[in-house]
Amino acid sequence: MTLHCIPFSPPQQHDNPFDLAQCLAPNLKLACALPEFATPEWLLDIYEQMLIVRQLDEKATILQRTGQLGTYPSSHGHEGISVTLGKTILSEDIFVPYYRDQGVLLQRDMRPRDILQYWGGDERANLHGNHRDMPVCIPIATQCTHAAGIAYALQYQNSEQVVVCSLGDGATSKGDFAEALNFSSVKNLPIVYVISNNQWAISVPLEAQTAAKTLAHKAYAAGCHAFRVDGGDVIALAHTFQLALDTCRTHQGPILIEAVTYRLCDHTTADDASRYMPEAEREAAMKIESIKRLEDYLHQENILNANKIKSLHSKAKQHIEDEAAAAAQLNEAEAVEIFDSLYADLPNELKNQRTHCIHKAQSCKKN
Amino acid sequence: MQEELTLLQAINAALFDALTADQSVVIFGEDVGGNGGVFRATEHLQTHFGAHRVFDTPLAEALIAGLALGMSTHGLRPVAEFQFMGFIYAAFEQIISHIARMRNRTRGRLSCPLVLRAPYCAGIHAPEHHSESTEALFAHIPGLRVVIPSSPEQAYGLLRAAIAHPDPVLFLEPKRIYHSIKQAVDRQAEWPDLSLSHRVCIGTDLTLIAWGAMLAEARQATIWAQSNNISIELIDLVSIKPLDIDTILSSVQKTGRCLIVHEAARTCGVGAEISARVQEQAWDTLLAPIMRLTGYDTVMPYSKLEHLYLPNHHDMIGYIQKLMEYPE
Repeated sequence: MTLHCIPFSPPQQHDNPFDLAQCLAPNLKLACALPEFATPEWLLDIYEQMLIVRQLDEKATILQRTGQLGTYPSSHGHEGISVTLGKTILSEDIFVPYYRDQGVLLQRDMRPRDILQYWGGDERANLHGNHRDMPVCIPIATQCTHAAGIAYALQYQNSEQVVVCSLGDGATSKGDFAEALNFSSVKNLPIVYVISNNQWAISVPLEAQTAAKTLAHKAYAAGCHAFRVDGGDVIALAHTFQLALDTCRTHQGPILIEAVTYRLCDHTTADDASRYMPEAEREAAMKIESIKRLEDYLHQENILNANKIKSLHSKAKQHIEDEAAAAAQLNEAEAVEIFDSLYADLPNELKNQRTHCIHKAQSCKKN
Repeated sequence: MQEELTLLQAINAALFDALTADQSVVIFGEDVGGNGGVFRATEHLQTHFGAHRVFDTPLAEALIAGLALGMSTHGLRPVAEFQFMGFIYAAFEQIISHIARMRNRTRGRLSCPLVLRAPYCAGIHAPEHHSESTEALFAHIPGLRVVIPSSPEQAYGLLRAAIAHPDPVLFLEPKRIYHSIKQAVDRQAEWPDLSLSHRVCIGTDLTLIAWGAMLAEARQATIWAQSNNISIELIDLVSIKPLDIDTILSSVQKTGRCLIVHEAARTCGVGAEISARVQEQAWDTLLAPIMRLTGYDTVMPYSKLEHLYLPNHHDMIGYIQKLMEYPE
């Protein structure tokens, strides 16, 4: 007998289940029969919601450039993923966002004014939206383990609810992601991890991030199911998200979804992607992104004409202008807010600091 | 119900009673299930309460802390065990960036009623990373509570109070005295306030402040002092964060002398903070400089030299003598 060492080769991209799920192909042809849910009304609703996200991002960027908002992460290229995900998660489900999820949050009782309040530097924004959802998570991938903990709580409580945890491609390099996915599979938790793979983690491209053929492959080691879907195809996205949520709702385990898209903007307003992002690559991605693709399809199918498209753009723009005006009218946060939610009851040793801060705020107002 | 228990048995009893009292309490960590924990703090709990309430996690500390957070914001009261404090650092980001902040971040919409347990301190001849006392790292984190028991009775009550508390609590267990003291523990007694220090004995000449395993050494020094006509007021700090500064100040204002003892490294240790507060608020009553007796600002040595690193009651007696002689 000789000792055999057979090298393990990871599955290749063409292996199932890592083919890209697609319905509305970039060439505007249908790769499969149109699913029942994709009625003209549904498509129009998705389209309008995506326009609102785009307008919000553009307005927020202008506000930041004019000193009226803090650093802001636009989501150009993510609108299809965000809006279809937001439309698919039930209100009683629990959403665990990362910081580029404004498109989802707008479907979960957050208003554009709340998003602007958050990025304007006001914690009170986190009181808005679905009251059981987690707030925006800034440190990369750390939300994944929170999501697993929530999913454990739901399973413990015999709930039918599902947790949806959102993350970017860079997050898949972190231990928190691997630890959470691993545990979710061990305990068969009702949780869907959605990776918005926009090919960039600030300036680091995906090939410098991982040698895995796809990010969906990362589910293999955890023993977890995975889907891969075209992030510019709202029909395939909605279908995939629904399938994943239904699967988790019936206790058939966690699911990892890789939604493949391209970041069509700077990482945040503090970034300049022209320093590293190849222009040709971005231009190619612009041609197949979700809003343009759906717009062209609706036009092609005579569901929308040029005039109607123009009026829907104006409607979305006006909505965001109104919301930005409302955000500007918010009352100022009080000094005591720095202290009053830190503990259930403020410890004695902090009471002096609280008083000091109140006095400081008063003298700031006088000056 | 009075029982003679060690500190470790008191912790096991507190966990048992918390699981019994509240269905939302769950316990997890590395080896806490069938094995009952490497120190046996969770012994028999899984058998009694089931694997959905007491379970082993994969070997991943950041996961353990993150899970606790997610469970606590959504209806459970998790009690997570870190096998040793020396391994908690992988979870540090979760503790400092999320657990301690979630209530504040959401302006009270979500909160983290959770307990993170970890054995800490030296003196059991363990390998590297099993003997550190790094409570000061956690005392610097706004939104967190840090408590350390020093006796079985206190450990029982403090842990019950920590589990029932609405804030996240880091519960550090002085493993050197896990087995060394047996004490009657009344499981029906009222739980102590997590924020309060404990005046172990009343005195008039010198305030001696210690916590955890150092308290046993401080008791010995106090006994020596008594036989030498020095009246020590011994304070068990208990709450590392927040500090019960009122108890400390009222004592130092009476005695005029203050010695703080901890086995953690000196620089930026909890003793430095106590010293600064006493100086700021009671300087006019001081008869001598505030002194600290601490571990060195070195890496904690392996077991062969740990006795040299650790403060002991002989060291304390030397400091007490020095303070009593001041300014002569």
